[in-house]
Amino acid sequence: MKVIKIDKKNWAEGLKRLADKFPLFGPVQKDEFHIFKELHKDELPDLSLQNTRLSPKSVVYPQSETLFEYTLDEKQADHHILKEIDKDYLPRAVVGIRPCDAKAFLLVKRNFDTPEYKDPYWIKAYQAVTLIGYACNTPCSNCFCTTAGCGPFHEEGLDVLLVDAADHYLAQIMSEKGEKFITAAGWDTSAGANDLREQVQTLKQAAETKITARVSTDKLKDKDTTALFEASFWEDVAFACINCGTCTYACPTCWCFDIQDETFGSSGIRIRNWDSCMYPLFTHHGSGHNPRDMKMQRVRQRFMHKLKYYVDKYANGIQCVGCGRCIRLCPVNIDIRKVCDLMNSFES
Amino acid sequence: MQNPYLPYPVRIEEIITETEDKNLKTFKLVFINPEDEEKFKYQAGQFAELSVAGKGEIPIGIASSPTEKGFLMFTVNKVGLVTSCLHNMKAGDIMGVRGPLGNWYPWDIMEGKNVVIIGGGFAFTTLRSSIIYMLDPANRPKFKDIHVIYGARTPGMLLYRDELAEWEKRDDINMHITVDATDDPNWKYNIGFVPTITDQKAPPGNPDTYAIVCGPPIMIKFTQPVLDTLDYAHDHIIMSLEMRMKCGIGICGRCNIGKEYVCKDGPVFTLDQLNNMPKEY
Ligand SMILES: Cc1cc2nc3c(=O)[nH]c(=O)nc-3n(C[C@H](O)[C@H](O)[C@H](O)COP(=O)(O)OP(=O)(O)OC[C@H]3O[C@@H](n4cnc5c(N)ncnc54)[C@H](O)[C@@H]3O)c2cc1C
Ligand code: SF4
Ligand code: SF4
Ligand code: FES
Repeated sequence: MKVIKIDKKNWAEGLKRLADKFPLFGPVQKDEFHIFKELHKDELPDLSLQNTRLSPKSVVYPQSETLFEYTLDEKQADHHILKEIDKDYLPRAVVGIRPCDAKAFLLVKRNFDTPEYKDPYWIKAYQAVTLIGYACNTPCSNCFCTTAGCGPFHEEGLDVLLVDAADHYLAQIMSEKGEKFITAAGWDTSAGANDLREQVQTLKQAAETKITARVSTDKLKDKDTTALFEASFWEDVAFACINCGTCTYACPTCWCFDIQDETFGSSGIRIRNWDSCMYPLFTHHGSGHNPRDMKMQRVRQRFMHKLKYYVDKYANGIQCVGCGRCIRLCPVNIDIRKVCDLMNSFES
Repeated sequence: MQNPYLPYPVRIEEIITETEDKNLKTFKLVFINPEDEEKFKYQAGQFAELSVAGKGEIPIGIASSPTEKGFLMFTVNKVGLVTSCLHNMKAGDIMGVRGPLGNWYPWDIMEGKNVVIIGGGFAFTTLRSSIIYMLDPANRPKFKDIHVIYGARTPGMLLYRDELAEWEKRDDINMHITVDATDDPNWKYNIGFVPTITDQKAPPGNPDTYAIVCGPPIMIKFTQPVLDTLDYAHDHIIMSLEMRMKCGIGICGRCNIGKEYVCKDGPVFTLDQLNNMPKEY
């Protein structure tokens, strides 16, 4: 794995060269918060932030996305028939994504790319991105990534890992896509040397020791699902929740969606929108029956999905990368770390 | 990459009002592109998403049998947005079908066994598919005794009445039709709730006998103890579940019970499987 040095003086110029070749996405400030969006020419990703309020999952999986179009005009030969639309899946790069958010795509991929069914929208959009990660030298106070299968310098899912080292970036190149990205920017790739790799390791260790929040997940797998489901702590966990859904919208590893038709005059589109298991309508049958009509049931679903069902289904850890967003943004301070520990230490 | 969200275009060939309250209609659909029928190979017990442009999609059990060629059949209860729109449509209208989806009744396991079908209300749709499938001359020898216990509130609420009458006449299927109550003096079948008739008519459970139970929650609740008394093992009781659905392919995250998605890992589960899943349905 090659590590090169990019002088910060050459940063803007390289990005500009890239922007001529393909769209760049990155974090920029909008109003009070940072968001990921497509950068217009001469706009640079703002790497001064800790992380964006919402995860960058929308770059691959938009909050609202058109699936098909149709016409209801009976004079048209294909009226009432759903048709696929052209979509832009040309290569693009996301610059400044945090390692946890990049790893999250890999967790979500297990849902969208299955042996039986492939979600073409998600898969094509994911294949189109080159992910240029940005290591966390100063992690957020409520991150617990190091015990959630991730870390501030985590490499999985990234094509390049950028590390801030005072007047320069160290760029660790991890894939062919990453190599292409660096070459297209015109940054000198011959400057790789072993001591740069050591520098990355030193910064990595320093960052990891700053993360003190942790969760224990080792016993989740062996717990009995129905016993955990019926555990008495769920009422307490859910007590303060107002079912606002913020935790699920902000989360890089939440993927649930709704499908709706929208008609304007005689033409329309079938779209999908992010949805949330926190809402009662999510499971409400047409008959009026609702298996999760109580708040506690919905809160339990969110945590059981992330920390038990996912663990059992894929045998590959929890459905959480420890980014801490749901903890920071929950208006009533519900903390997944505490719930995880409750579940992990539960004895029936 | 094949798009699993894209429905096949179909034309409504015929709409039949099934019940006296006019709340249940059967839709016979024909593929607009004949080659799509080839791709839509299904088994009795599976469902499909019916798609109405401008309204949306709904999961509906396939009521036709794989042995019936040239059309698909669905029976739809009118409850909300899409079902009401369907009820207002007419023969010749264009809509879509996506599927087949989900798993099916375990036909391979039930081969050489007795099959007891227990159904109530409008959940009889995939059971009709199953009966037609088993009675097909090519398939009938594969099964031992077939019993059908099917109940509705009144005679006029029974689905597929002409076919029920046909099956009554045959000697290779034991029909036990029942209604909750009736003042029809010509009613010549049973009167009583499905659990009661099950108790009276169903053969006792044994390793060679499988029960397929489909109906409203209340029927299922009271039928299960009867099957227990009759000694049916829980892995010999097969049920089909309903959950609110959207994608139908295990991706949108909506219809889970524990780690299973009812749309993809179900809708068919044995009671034994359900006993080990969270009670959240
Ligand atoms: C596997 C399966 C098989 C079914 N088979 C039949 C059948 O053969 N005949 C029949 O009449 N009904 C059947 N249903 C129930 C049927 O899907 C709902 O009655 C229908 O979706 C209601 O849609 P609506 O738009 O009229 O209601 P609305 O309340 O307006 O619902 C809006 C949307 O919510 C979803 N939804 C609402 N209720 C349900 C529900 N109970 N199940 C799944 N999704 C729901 C649908 O996407 C629907 O379009 C089945 C359900 C499942 C899961
Ligand atoms: S953010 Fe907090 S209050 Fe809002 S739904 Fe999530 S847990 Fe409940
Ligand atoms: S559950 Fe919370 S901490 Fe975990 S990935 Fe989602 S937002 Fe981040
Ligand atoms: S309906 Fe989407 S996961 Fe089952």
